[in-house]
Amino acid sequence: MVGIVSFGAYVPFYRLSRDRIGSAWGKGGASTERTVAGADEDAITMAVGAGLDCLQGWVKEEIDCLYFASTTPPYALKQSASIISAACNLRGDINTADFGNSFRSGTNAIRSAIDAVKSGSYKKVLVTASECQIPPPDSEQEFILGDGAAAFLIGDSDVAVSIEGSYSISNEFMDFWRLPTDLYNQSWEDRFVLDMGYFRLLPQAVSGLMEKYQVSSKDFSKVVYNAPDPRSHRAIAKSLGFDVNKQVQNPLFDVVGNTGAASSMMILISALEGAKPGDRILFANYGDGADAFILQVNSQIEKSKQRKGISGYLISKMMLPSYGKYLHFRNLMKWDVDRRPTPRTSLPIYFRESKGLFRLIGQRCNRCGHEQFPRQRLCMWCQKRMQSPDEYEDVWLPKQKGHLFSYSMEQRASVIDLPNVNCVVDLEGGARFYGLMTDRDPEKLTIGMPMEFTFRKINDAQGVHNYFWKVRPVRE
Amino acid sequence: MEGIKDKVAIIGMGTSPFGELWGKSVEDLIIDAATEAFADAGVESKDIQAAWLGTFDSGYTGQILSSPLQLQYIPITRVENVCATGIDAIRNASFGLISKAYDLVLVVGVEKMKDLGFGGLYGAPGVFHPVYGAQATAAGRYALAATRYFERYGLSPEEGKKILAMISVKSHYNGARNPKAHLRREVTIDDVINAPIIAWPLGLYDCCGITDGAAAAILCRTEDAKNFKHKGEYITIKGIGLSVGPGWGKEKGDYDYTHWPETEVAAKRAYQEAGIKDPRKELDLAEVHDCFSIAELIATESLGFCEHGKAKLDIEAGSFTLEGDLPVNPSGGLKSFGHPIGASGCREVSEIYNQLLGRAELPQRQLKNPKLGLVHNQGGHPGRFMAGVCIVGLP
Repeated sequence: MVGIVSFGAYVPFYRLSRDRIGSAWGKGGASTERTVAGADEDAITMAVGAGLDCLQGWVKEEIDCLYFASTTPPYALKQSASIISAACNLRGDINTADFGNSFRSGTNAIRSAIDAVKSGSYKKVLVTASECQIPPPDSEQEFILGDGAAAFLIGDSDVAVSIEGSYSISNEFMDFWRLPTDLYNQSWEDRFVLDMGYFRLLPQAVSGLMEKYQVSSKDFSKVVYNAPDPRSHRAIAKSLGFDVNKQVQNPLFDVVGNTGAASSMMILISALEGAKPGDRILFANYGDGADAFILQVNSQIEKSKQRKGISGYLISKMMLPSYGKYLHFRNLMKWDVDRRPTPRTSLPIYFRESKGLFRLIGQRCNRCGHEQFPRQRLCMWCQKRMQSPDEYEDVWLPKQKGHLFSYSMEQRASVIDLPNVNCVVDLEGGARFYGLMTDRDPEKLTIGMPMEFTFRKINDAQGVHNYFWKVRPVRE
Repeated sequence: MEGIKDKVAIIGMGTSPFGELWGKSVEDLIIDAATEAFADAGVESKDIQAAWLGTFDSGYTGQILSSPLQLQYIPITRVENVCATGIDAIRNASFGLISKAYDLVLVVGVEKMKDLGFGGLYGAPGVFHPVYGAQATAAGRYALAATRYFERYGLSPEEGKKILAMISVKSHYNGARNPKAHLRREVTIDDVINAPIIAWPLGLYDCCGITDGAAAAILCRTEDAKNFKHKGEYITIKGIGLSVGPGWGKEKGDYDYTHWPETEVAAKRAYQEAGIKDPRKELDLAEVHDCFSIAELIATESLGFCEHGKAKLDIEAGSFTLEGDLPVNPSGGLKSFGHPIGASGCREVSEIYNQLLGRAELPQRQLKNPKLGLVHNQGGHPGRFMAGVCIVGLP
């Protein structure tokens, strides 16, 4: 039976309180909060975070295919999945594809993954969904949206959650859209959009699923679905015939927000974190129609607990101190001209150093045994050749943790999230990483604190996102 | 290795003003420094047989020198070793003399830094890395050493910052008494400690100025020195060490960021050539690389002026002040005199030259009968340095 083998999530470290959004505009807010992707994050980096969380404890060489779903891919032309695949250090001889243009793209990708595994084309498919939407300042959307990512490993062995049925409807209904030139989502009058869209189409898919498989709402321990906003999410539970208190999985609006294409998948992960063997879950995802699935949890669910998941990532957080910081993170104003040199990039350098820059693969010298990074032609310890496979071994560094050896905090650097924290981290394998620290509370840094890797953007230069790895204090 | 001791004499030196010289170009700075040096040595530009130009980023090729000075078809070499450029230019010029390829040569170090529109370094165009080069500034990289030094020697950030502040207070005190210095005002420990943070734990006054300037030297073999204007008034080079590290200390677990290995190697070589056994006792003054206060603190240890971890005691005792037993950066240092990258090495030699010959501009900053001085330049950043040490003295 095809199903979910593993799952993982990514929730940004930064949160913005809705009271702070409200007070910026002289309006009421709420004591709840939404997630905000860091200035060095985007849908790709968050998908890498979720993908690696999902793959904890699994053999990455077994992945045959990677799908990425988002309405906010960092490039309109240039596949995100290929970058995510490299950063997750997957094999080169796999299929990668981007799904987009719809909040349903995440479950579109899951359905494709199910079909691919069923057909025997692939044994294991990694599906990632990630979203970093920019709401218009001083809008309802600004309160509702959030950033985050989810990942599922779909396969037909070691299945923890079998997918027992699915039903889809497609519909041309226009509720949310974004032109290629738009920064913000557009919509129609909300009564029309909700009544003729969400409240009409999601129930169609759910009832279609129930009819097809001859089940009713009573047959499910949990129901997971997305919604444009919290009120609609509550309202539809009743019309679908579910008990809001007992069956409906918390949609994470109070702590994350609506994460678009990743939303229903993040809610599902949250449900699976609390699921027991035997639980049956109805999982539905609305957008340009709707997908609905019957999920059956089995005992394999208790096997892997290595992931951080939604619950793990939610615990570690830092509140944005001001709305202004958020404006900086999303680059939402015309800023003072920076007289400093504009950042540059070099694609030939990325091409030559892909193994180091995207995959963060270091080396272990076969002669002296020292692990090291950046990659060398001659060992930095014993000065012997490290050019052929018998002279060194590749070492995938992102799985290693380390300890903070030294750090400094630049207040005048050309970066958005000041201070720019330079750091030296000694890794458990013996290599030393000299780079930048992200997702840190500048008040709480201490020498010796445990650190872990995270895939980020160093900057944007000449129209290119300069991706590389940073370290962060271990998020636990 | 025979060494360089007393084979080369410096018979004339000149410096441009140092500062934010909005009205002066690279050419103006070169003319200012070279004209003063020619006059000092009593030579004319047509007498120069070869020249070495030291600059980090103020132009390419030897023509940067030949054009403003109207030098006619002589060999000119552009030397670049980041902040160690100045000493390296003098070193290469010395070899030209010792080989007897030339008898009279010119060295000019220059940097025009204030045409850029921001306070900082541009970085060499054409050579860059989209990731490694983009991540940090010099201040951020040096600050890693300060954090580590505090940790290793058990200084709280407050204690550490206070020791560093005492270095900057000294530099400003000295610079305030130096007519050619860029930042000619005294500061207090509180000023330094309370200044805005540039790269924690380093604040504004822990960082050197961004300065325009040039310095020039006229060199000949020592046996010819008496044939020039000043007869007996010249100094000789006692030893030069240059060390370019492989640059991976920052990524190797055996480097602790609390000492400067390249400086130690360069100093060892220079001391050996000069026959110096106990630098603290034998040296009368030193101009050390203090682009940041922590750079001077650790340099005084790595140059062997005191034991590792013990600079604090000497700083508190005032050992490195004008009145101390080994004045360090009597000119005001890079901190106060300014740090035009390619010019600094030559400029520091000129400070020692003036002090040894009793020519400090104002009596209150003239040291009493100094005979032997040290110049230290250090390019790069902790774990990735190129360092030069030059010992000069009375013949």
